Amino acid sequence: MLSALLLAFGVALAAPWLTGRLGRSAGWVLALLPAGLTAYFVSLAPRVAAGEPLVQSVPWVPQLGVELAFRVDGLSLLFGLLIAGIGTFVAIYAGGYLAGDRQLPRFYLLLFAFMAAMLGVVTSDDLIVLFVFWELTSITSFFLIGYKHESVESRTNALQGLFVTAGGGLAMLAGFVLLGSMAGTYRISELLAAPGLLVEHPAYPLALALVALGAFTKSAQWPFHFWLPNAMAAPTPVSSYLHSATMVKAGVYLLARLAPGLGGTPQWFWLLTLVGGATVLAAAALTLMQRDSKRLLAYSTLVALGTLVLLIGVGTPVAIKAMVVFLFAHALYKAPLFMVAGSVDHEAGSRDVTRLAGLGRSMPWTWLAAGVAGVSAAGLPPMLGFVGKELAYEGLYGAPWLLAGLIAAGAVLVLVVVLVAWVPFAGRTVQAPKAPHEAPPSMLVGPLLLAALGLLFGLAPGLVQDGLMRPAAAAVLGAPYAFDLYLWHGVTLALGLSLLTVSLGAVLVATWRRWQPALLARFGGVRIGPVAVYEGGWRRLLRFAEVQTRFVQSDDLRHHLTIIVTYTVALTGGVALWRGGLASMVWAPAGGYLHEFLYFAVILLATATVVRSHSRLVVITSLGVVGFGVAFVFVLFAAPDLAITQFLVDTLVVIIAALVLIRLPSSALRAEGGRDTRWLSGIVAIAGGALITGLLLAVTALPFDGALTSFFEANSYPAARGRNIVNVILVDFRAIDTLAEVVVLAVAAAGVGALLRRRLGSGAASAPAARAAAPAPGAPATPAARRDSDGGAR
Amino acid sequence: MNSLILRTTTRPIIVVLLLISIFLLLRGHDLPGGGFIGGLVAAAAAALYAIAFGADAAARLLRVRPELLVGWGMAATVVAGLLGMVAGREFLTGLWWVIAVGDQELKLSTPLLFDVGVYLVVVGVILRFVLSLEER
Repeated sequence: MLSALLLAFGVALAAPWLTGRLGRSAGWVLALLPAGLTAYFVSLAPRVAAGEPLVQSVPWVPQLGVELAFRVDGLSLLFGLLIAGIGTFVAIYAGGYLAGDRQLPRFYLLLFAFMAAMLGVVTSDDLIVLFVFWELTSITSFFLIGYKHESVESRTNALQGLFVTAGGGLAMLAGFVLLGSMAGTYRISELLAAPGLLVEHPAYPLALALVALGAFTKSAQWPFHFWLPNAMAAPTPVSSYLHSATMVKAGVYLLARLAPGLGGTPQWFWLLTLVGGATVLAAAALTLMQRDSKRLLAYSTLVALGTLVLLIGVGTPVAIKAMVVFLFAHALYKAPLFMVAGSVDHEAGSRDVTRLAGLGRSMPWTWLAAGVAGVSAAGLPPMLGFVGKELAYEGLYGAPWLLAGLIAAGAVLVLVVVLVAWVPFAGRTVQAPKAPHEAPPSMLVGPLLLAALGLLFGLAPGLVQDGLMRPAAAAVLGAPYAFDLYLWHGVTLALGLSLLTVSLGAVLVATWRRWQPALLARFGGVRIGPVAVYEGGWRRLLRFAEVQTRFVQSDDLRHHLTIIVTYTVALTGGVALWRGGLASMVWAPAGGYLHEFLYFAVILLATATVVRSHSRLVVITSLGVVGFGVAFVFVLFAAPDLAITQFLVDTLVVIIAALVLIRLPSSALRAEGGRDTRWLSGIVAIAGGALITGLLLAVTALPFDGALTSFFEANSYPAARGRNIVNVILVDFRAIDTLAEVVVLAVAAAGVGALLRRRLGSGAASAPAARAAAPAPGAPATPAARRDSDGGAR
Repeated sequence: MNSLILRTTTRPIIVVLLLISIFLLLRGHDLPGGGFIGGLVAAAAAALYAIAFGADAAARLLRVRPELLVGWGMAATVVAGLLGMVAGREFLTGLWWVIAVGDQELKLSTPLLFDVGVYLVVVGVILRFVLSLEER
C-alpha cells in the first residue's frame, strides 16, 4: 500500500513534465496511473472479502508511537476503488475539457497529489497518519478549487473551502489526540477492537464532538454546507471528482470508519441524525433556488451527504447496508452527471438550464450518458440508484420523521435530474451561446462507462454484493453481515414510498417554471444563517488583522522599533524583576590595558555622534564605527570568526544603507523628528540597552557551565575533523540551524528583490524603496548574532 | 560613481578580495573563516565593483543572476544533507573523503559542500540587495 501511495505521489510530481511531453494524449496516458491503482484494489478484493485485510506498517515517528500503518478492509477497498476508478475517468475527461489550457501540467500534478492523499486517508490505520493525509486533501483541493486563480471569485471560494475544512481538521486533530490518550494507541484497528473502551470514557462526548466537527466540515454538513456549492468555481473535472468519490466523502468515511468504536450511543444517534437531517432539508430547500446545472448538482450532493450521515447515525445493520449501497450508487451517477454538465458548458457555452434546450440532436452520446445516470440519480429502476434508495427508505423505517424528510428531498432530486439531464437536451433547439457539437471521445468515455456501470450493477447487484458491499458493511458494523441485494423487492412499503417520491417530483417538475422565478425574486439575494455568520466573521477577522498589523507593524521604522523594544523591555525586564532574575547581577569593574579603554572611547564617541548628528549619512557611518569598535573587542577576547563577521557585516550594512540613502530625495537625508520624538526614542533606547546590560551582568555573574564548551572541544576534531569550533558547529554539529538560516536569507532576498523591482520599476517615489530595504541590513546580521552565542561558549 | 581613482584601484583589489574569499571558505573548517565569512568578502568585492562601474557592469561580470546563486547554494546545502541519508545515516551527517596529494591531504567532505552552499547563498542574497539598489 505504501509503495502504491509513493508511486502515486511520484507520478504526481512527474505529471507536469509528462503532460508537456505527451501533448494532446496526456490525459489518456496519465490515466494509466489511476487505472493501475484500480486494478491493484480489484486484486485485493478477494482476500478482503475473505476477511483478511491487507495490513502494512512502517515505523515513522517511533518516539510518539506514530506508525505509517495501513489497513485495507472492506470499507477502505470500496473507497479506494471509487477514488482510483473515478479518478481514471476524471483524468481522461480533464484531458479533453482542459485541452490547450496553459496550466494543464499543474492541474495533473494537483489532481494526482489529491488522489494519492485521498487514498492515504481511506487506507491509513493510524489516526495521525490519517490526519496528515486529511489535511493534504484540504490543501490540494484548495489549489484545485482555485485553479482559475485569475478570478477573484475562484480565489475567495477556494479560501473559504480551505478555511472551513482545515479548521474542522484542527478540531479533528484534537479529537484524535484525545482518542489516542483514551485508548493508549493511535492504531485505528486497535482503537475499535475494544468494545466500550471509548464510549464509556468520561471524555467520550468531547472526543465525539471534536471528531464529528472534522467530519461535518469536510462532508459539508449543515451548518458548514456553504463551502461546497461555492467550490463549483473549480473546473468541472474537479467538481466531478470532489463530489462523487473524494473530498466530501472523506467525512462520511471517517464517521463510518469510527462507527464501531464511537457509535451506538444516544449522543452518536442524535448528533448524526439531526445534523444529517438538517443537511438534507436545508440542501433540498436551497436546491429549489438554483438554475445553474453545476450548482443544482452541488446541492443534490449535499442531500446525498446528509442522507449518508444520518444512515450512519441510525447505525442499524439495515441502515449501514443502505449506506454502503447508496454511497456506491451515488458515486456512479454523480460523477457522470457532473461531467455531462461540464460537457454542455464546454460545447454549448452555458450552464443555465433555462437557456438550454434541444441539445440532444447535436450531442446524442452526452445525452445518453446523462439519461442513464439521471435515471439512477432519480432512484428509478433498473438502476443501482433505485436499489440504494429503496434500501435507504427501509433503513429509516424506525424513524418516520427522518423518512419523511428523505422523501421530500428525493422529490427535489427528481427535479434536479430533469433539469440537468432532460431539459437541456430535449425539445426544440434554442440559440445557445456557442454552436453546440458533440463532446470529444475523452469527454464521453467517463460519463458513458460510469453510467453503464450503474445500470449493470442495478440489473445484477450480485456482481458487487459479496466482493464489495458485504465487506464494506461488515467493516462499518464491526461484525460480518450477510445480506443479499435485489433489484426487485416485490411490492413493499419502500416501493410505495418510491412511487410517492417520484409523483411528488413530477409535480415539482410540472410546476417549476411557475414558482421558481417568484422564489428567486423573493429570496434571491438573501444571505441568512451560516453563510451570513461566516461572511460576517470573515470580515471582522480581516478588520482585526488589519488594525493590529497597522499598530504593531506600521510603515514607520521608528514606530516599529519602538514597539519591539518596548515590548521586549516590558516583558523580559518585567519578568526578570518579578522573578528576581536580576538578583545575581554584580557590578565589579575590573582594570584593563590602556588600548582596551581606547576602543571603548571610540565606541562612545561614535555613539555620541550618532545621537547628535542630524545627517543620516553621518549617522549610518558612525554606526559602522560603533560596529567596528565592537569587532575590535572581539579581537581582544580572541573570537576571530566573530570579529571578522562583525567587520564584514558592518561594512556591508554601511554600503547598503548608503545606497539606499543616495536614492532618497535630499530632504530625507536629514534626520527628522522634533524634540519629543527624540526624547522618546532616547528613553526607549536607553531602557533597551539597560535591560541587555543588566541581563549580561546577571548571567556572567553566575557560575559558568562549561559542558557545551568541553563537549565541542573534545569532539570537534575527532567527530567532525575540524579545528575551528565555530565553523564546525555551523556546518556540522548544528548544520540544520544553518540550513534554516540559509532559507531565511533566501526568502529575504526574494522579498527584497521583488519589492525593489516593483517600486523602482514603476518609477514610483523612492521612499518605499528605503522601507523595502530596511530588512536588508538586519537579515545578514542574524547568523552573526548566533555566532555571538556560539563564540560566547568558547 | 564616476571616479577614475576608484575605477583604477578597484580591479586589482577585487581580484585579491575574491582570492581571499575563496581562501577563507576553504580553510574555514580548521582556521577562522568559512562559507559565511567568505561569502561576505566576495559580496563586498562585488559591491565595490558595482559602485565603481555600475550595476550593469557588475551583472555582466557575474554572468548569472543573483537569484540563481541563491538557488544553487540552497541546492548544495540540501544535497550535502541528502548525501548523508544516501549513505544510510541521518540527514546532514558529514561524510569525508581524504585524498593524498603529494605529502598534503585534500579533505573533501559534505560539510565543505554545505559551506560552499552557504557561501553562494550569502553572495547571491547581498548581490540581490546591492544590484537592486544600484540599478537605475
